[in-house]
Amino acid sequence: MDLYQELILEHSKRPQHAGLRDPFEAEVHHVNPTCGDEVTMRVHVEDTPEGPVVRDVSYDALGCSISMASTSILAEETIGHPLAEALQTYEAMKAMLTSKGEDPGDEEVIGDGVALAGVARYPARVKCALLGWMAFTDALHQSGRETTAPETEEGTS
Amino acid sequence: MTAQPFTTEEVARIRADFPILARTVRDGAPLVYLDSGATSHKPVAVLDAERDFYERLNSAPHRGAHALSEEATAAYEGARERIAAFIGAQAQDVVFTKNATEALNLAAYAFSNSPHPGIPGSERFALGEGDEVLVTEMEHHANLVPWQELCRRTGATLRWVPVTDEGRLDLSGLDELLTERTRVVAFVHASNVLGTVNPAAEIVARAREVGALVVLDACQSVPHLGVDVTELDVDLLAFSGHKMFGPSGIGVLWGRRELLEAMPPFLTGGSMIETVRMEGSTYAPPPQRFEAGVPMTAQAIGLAAAVDYIDGIGGVDRIHAHELALTERLLAGLAARPWVTVVGPSDLESRGGTVAFVVDGVHAHDVGQVLDGSGVAVRVGHHCAWPLHRRFKVAATTRASFAAYNTVDEVDALLEALDRVPQIFGMAG
Repeated sequence: MDLYQELILEHSKRPQHAGLRDPFEAEVHHVNPTCGDEVTMRVHVEDTPEGPVVRDVSYDALGCSISMASTSILAEETIGHPLAEALQTYEAMKAMLTSKGEDPGDEEVIGDGVALAGVARYPARVKCALLGWMAFTDALHQSGRETTAPETEEGTS
Repeated sequence: MTAQPFTTEEVARIRADFPILARTVRDGAPLVYLDSGATSHKPVAVLDAERDFYERLNSAPHRGAHALSEEATAAYEGARERIAAFIGAQAQDVVFTKNATEALNLAAYAFSNSPHPGIPGSERFALGEGDEVLVTEMEHHANLVPWQELCRRTGATLRWVPVTDEGRLDLSGLDELLTERTRVVAFVHASNVLGTVNPAAEIVARAREVGALVVLDACQSVPHLGVDVTELDVDLLAFSGHKMFGPSGIGVLWGRRELLEAMPPFLTGGSMIETVRMEGSTYAPPPQRFEAGVPMTAQAIGLAAAVDYIDGIGGVDRIHAHELALTERLLAGLAARPWVTVVGPSDLESRGGTVAFVVDGVHAHDVGQVLDGSGVAVRVGHHCAWPLHRRFKVAATTRASFAAYNTVDEVDALLEALDRVPQIFGMAG
């Protein structure tokens, strides 16, 4: 069925960057109480002259293919990226997933995340796809980082 | 004579009474509704009964002396009598609540650290350190969390009966668990996940020996097995209307009369009082003591119509026989698929029409999504029994649960849709 794009199945079977690693500044545990999906996530953000950079997102997850794939894509799309960019990816993912199918997602911003566009048409599954992202922003918050995306140039004009 | 499953013609007639079963879902797939354990559909007779109340009698019962109020009171109390008769009870021992969760909370919140000074006999509802509450590992959260909270409030200790690999209660250690310290034993009659029907008589007998109060969660047994409160010999029993063709917003707590009389109220306010002064109040006798506020009148009347409907199609015995026949077919179909594991009893012994299973390597949410794509509605997740799922080391299960309106063809539709799971997720299937 259309929901289960090949990319989703691949990510859920072989989650990228899975496992819990050091170093990290914050570790969080998030659950989806309706279905019991769980994720433990650590983030490691380093300050550089160009601003903070996400050095690592490591996780131990148990869940459906949608939540597993979404968390795998999160790690892929944020590790090695400037924090500001990672937060924009988060905002774009959230916008797509909560758009009820209106927003197909921008591959330039969210990469493989576009494979999850179909989830937006199944309200019961949106939480599955957001689980890892909620953990990510919570971990950032707990490590004292800004968790709202800076406005893009378009946004400020 | 043993009750027989419904014939194909009988099921067709029953289905015609449920308008929702004619609808399609997801781009035209016929609805295959196998989630009646969560909530059942409502026959026209129930919808009509509710509508009729609002059209002809709408008013607040037990208030005012005008004609409508009198008629509404008669209808409300008539519903109580009808529902009481359905479980072998007296009307005055039936308390209406909004659902079984509220009924179980009513029971749990009747307990506190000290007896109620205005209610003789309420020392039975006083708990403290050293006292114990016994539940089981297969409880729905509604019959677990209120008791956890009670223990937290009073200092009592919560203990539980474990579950075997087969999905039955492991009563081998009951002598250590159920002792003189045990004040309350709260357990589920028929599991909402496993389908297991627990040996109520045995547990009640043991509880009686130590003088513990017995609270039974009968949500799945009143609609699907039939319940007679005098036969069961429990102290308090809870069930919901919406799982038995009745409306949402109505549940029942039945209680042994002398116990209800000694039981402090939970929700307080209007119409549950006897006298009210600024300095304090006294309370009405049961069941009014436990029905604060304007009650769920239309819902109670709707539930009475649901009970009439159940008896009209042949009664709970035939419903049970019908659901067991469907369960047998489903269990056989699942057993033929080595990539499926049933969580719960794999035979029909002491069993109801609820079947939970896992597909190896595929999360229940994904299984449910594939089934939904074919119009098959099942429940996925932990079904409000998270500790039970932890016990079986699974995050979630897929659950099919039957009602009188389900057909053999629907069981086959489920199995056929299930075969798409290994195709999509690329397992050996």
